[in-house]
Order: sequence, then structure tokens, then C-alpha cells
Amino acid sequence: MMIDIRDLRVRFGQGADAVTAVDGVTLSVREGESFGLVGESGSGKSTVLRAVSGLNDEWTGRIAVAGTEQGPKRPKGFYKLCQMVFQDPYGSLHPRHTVDRILAEPIAIHGLGDADARIVRVLRDVGLGPAFRFRYPHQLSGGQRQRVAIARALVLEPRVLLLDEPTSALDVSVQAEILNLLRRLRAEHGLTLVLVTHNLAVVANLCDRLAVMNRGRLVEEMTVEELRQGAAREPYTLQLLRASRGYDRATAESFRDYA
Amino acid sequence: MTDDAPLLEVANLRVAFPTRTGMAEAVRGVSFTLGREKLGIVGESGSGKSMTGRSILRLVPPPGRVAADRLAFRGEDLLAASPRRMRDIRGRRIAMVMQDPKYSLNPVMTVGRQIAEAYRVHSHAGAAEAKRRALEMLAAVRIRDPERVYERYPHEVSGGMGQRIMIAMMLIPDPDLLIADEPTSALDVTVQMQVLAILDDLCSQRGMGMIFVSHDLNLVASFCDRILIMYAGRVVESCRASELHAATHPYTRGLLASLPRIDEPPGDLPVLSRDPAWLEG
Repeated sequence: MMIDIRDLRVRFGQGADAVTAVDGVTLSVREGESFGLVGESGSGKSTVLRAVSGLNDEWTGRIAVAGTEQGPKRPKGFYKLCQMVFQDPYGSLHPRHTVDRILAEPIAIHGLGDADARIVRVLRDVGLGPAFRFRYPHQLSGGQRQRVAIARALVLEPRVLLLDEPTSALDVSVQAEILNLLRRLRAEHGLTLVLVTHNLAVVANLCDRLAVMNRGRLVEEMTVEELRQGAAREPYTLQLLRASRGYDRATAESFRDYA
Repeated sequence: MTDDAPLLEVANLRVAFPTRTGMAEAVRGVSFTLGREKLGIVGESGSGKSMTGRSILRLVPPPGRVAADRLAFRGEDLLAASPRRMRDIRGRRIAMVMQDPKYSLNPVMTVGRQIAEAYRVHSHAGAAEAKRRALEMLAAVRIRDPERVYERYPHEVSGGMGQRIMIAMMLIPDPDLLIADEPTSALDVTVQMQVLAILDDLCSQRGMGMIFVSHDLNLVASFCDRILIMYAGRVVESCRASELHAATHPYTRGLLASLPRIDEPPGDLPVLSRDPAWLEG
């Protein structure tokens, strides 16, 4: 197992205002697998990802990555193994740093050396030529920025890539390019992917297996093949599938809240 | 004005912004007419779809410039209308719903008072009458406990409820035309469908026309009657929503092909290669 999560709980706030964002989630992702974590806003899907990535240290339960039990604070080596790509490529890149400096920073932090060759290689890997190396983020399109964000994660040659809605801020034609890129990178580098999204079609395109979350709980796990055939067991998942098929007056009427 | 005159006539609409290198045209000659129907305007970012919607209400910020051979609402020339006349038309005759209720609602005023105010500005009704109408309107957008929600502040309601409140506020003066710019894009899919059902019903019950601006092809195809597909400031194709799958323009076909689908096996998606000829088509 590349990622093993047991009874993960995350609470925000104190006393009466406390909110349980993740309420006892157990799941595991095999090495080399592409796993989708799906849900609506407030379902806790991103909170699970942030706990795994070490961005959130207020959790209980058990998180193991590549066979190593993880505590709330992560050693530097963890980030060499496991990197994250965020939703908004407009907010996740330093506006006053060139692409070169953005990519050189993780190399320097981890003392990897040979920065020059690594940067050229990773830019080629994400489909950006060397011409992009000395540009600033504002000189790039949204899709190019997301490629830089992926390059920054990839430059450390991690084994796990955590993706939080990586295509939601992009136009559909650009989304297709990024999904194709992620598929190729996964094959070439043997990456394990965990993809958080609200979009079932994106999961169907990129993942092997998925888990559906609602209100902090894991509703069900299924293979993408089952998703494709509409073979969900839980009514919540079936409702999500119906809603993804586009607008239908009668279907909209049938929706209800699942606690 | 007779009732069979089109609700809206747009001919050769152009919107341009001055830049250091000359005028940049965001909308380059868009023409369409609208009846009492749901018209979808679809395109990617920068296609000019939102600017088309805004220019109808003359809401393009300066130094942007709007020009058209004809821009008429029920036969009345909107480009020649005085600022005072435009203030009458905005809200009362043509209303607009934007994407995110978080930024469109006044954060320091209860939602009920905001809706009542929208009614009083256009009807000169008394406070009690406005409150009664606002509560009715909250019920019409299917808010279960209107009395309670009336007293809430915007930060106390969810995104889906915020958007219903916006719709209530926009529809309370009973406009003839609603321009909805990505009205459900910030919402979860199930909430999105519920909000669309409300808009759908209000359109058919009141005989209102609607322009629905969106980047989501499948959503527009399933919700609207007719679709305009915009690319680089032009309409490259228009079709009945039910016939979108049979679209012929290579841009429309490319966009449709690039969408991942739940029922298709995983694999590389066709990538759009943009033909410079589309800029002129």
C-alpha cells in the first residue's frame, strides 16, 4: 500500500463551534494506482488530502505513506516522496518569481544539486520548452501555469502526487491537455495519484478507483468501471451520478439531502 | 410596442478596450434576436460571452466602448437611452444574476431587507407591502422558512441559498428579460440543478426571456432552447440546444470532444488545435 488511512478524524474549532470535517475515514491506495476522492463542497475530501500531505496537523487516526507511519509534523524527506498540486494556478505560484526560481527552490531545499539539468528536464516533461524558463507567472496562460505547478511538484521526483481539483479553474480544452499530461506522467514515472474533485467525468477519465464522500464520511468505494456502468450502491452516489448528466426538470425535483 | 416584437435585437455588437497597442476588441460583431426563450451563450474564457451580456445593460466599465448597428429592447434603442432611462430599465425590465452571491449581496444588510429594497426602488410600494412581497418571493425560490431567512445576513446562508436569494431579488420587480452570467457555476451539482429548476419554472410561468451565459456545454445543451457558441469575440455557430451534438463548426466539435465523459473508457482526450481562420469565422 502506498497510502493507508485508518479512522481519520479532523475537527475544526473549539467547544460548541467545533465542526467535524472528516469523521472516521478509512481507505488505502495501492502503489501506482490513480485514486479519485469525490464529493460536494464541505464533504471533507480536500481535508483528507491536506491531512495526508501534512498541511493540516490537527487530526487523529493513522496515516501511513509508503509503509511509514506519519505524525502531525513531517520530516523533510516526506516531501521528496509526496508532492501536491493545487486548484488555482493563479494563486499557487509566486507572482514575483520566474519559472526558473519557482523550480529551483525545491531543488535547493532538498540539496539535490544539478539544478540546471533538472529544470530543463522537468520543463520538457510537462510540455513546456526551455523558452518558458525565465518567464513570470503573469506571462503564462492558466494551462501553462498549471503545467509549471505540476513541474514544481515533479522536480523532486516524488512517488506520490496529490492533486486538489487540478483542472477545475481551467477551460475544458485546457483541462483535456492537463488530464492527458497527468496520464502520461503517471505512466512514465510510475506515479501514484490521488485526485480530489467534484467532477465524476474527470475521475472516470484519469482514475482506476474512487471513493465518494459526503459530510465527512466515506459513502462508498468503487472501481471506475462500476462508475461507468452506473453500478453505484448508495443512493447518495446515484444522485450525484444523475446530477452529472445535465439538467432535467424531473430529476432536479427528486433530489434530497443525505445526512 | 407590440407583443410579437422580439424582446431583444442585437446587430453587429462590438465591445473594445483601449490598450497600449491600440484597441483590443472583446466582442467583434455579434448579432442575434431573442424571444421569450432561454438562449445559451457558451464559450471559453476570453470569448466575449460575459461582455455580450453586460453590454446589453450598458454595464461595460469605462474606458471600454460599446457600439452596435442595433441594440434594442422591445423596440427601444438601448444605446440611445439616457442614464436615467437605463436606471429604469435595469432591474425593472432587464435583470442580471452574476456568478457568486458572496460578492453580489450587501454583507451588512439582512437578505430580506435587500430583496424588499429591490422591490421598493421599482414599485414605490410601502414597507409592509415590500416585506410581504419579499417573503412571497423567497417562497417562490423554494426557501423553506422565508420568515427566518429574511432576517439572516448573507454570511449566514449557504452558497446555494445565497444564489436563490439573488434570484429572488432580481425577479421581484418582474423583469421581461433575465441575463444570468454563470449563475450556478459556484454551486454543487445537485444544488445547481435545483436552482436551474427554479429559473426554468419562473421563465415558463412569467413568460420571461433569458440569456444564460456559461462555459458548460452540457449544462447549456440540457437547459436552454437555443445556443450561441462564441470564440474570440464572435459567434461561430448557433443551433438548437437539442442539436448541439450535431454541431458542425470545428471549434464546437473540438470543445465537445475535449470533454471527459463518465461512460467513456479512460484514455487521451482529443486536444483542440486552434485554426487562425476561426478568428474570422
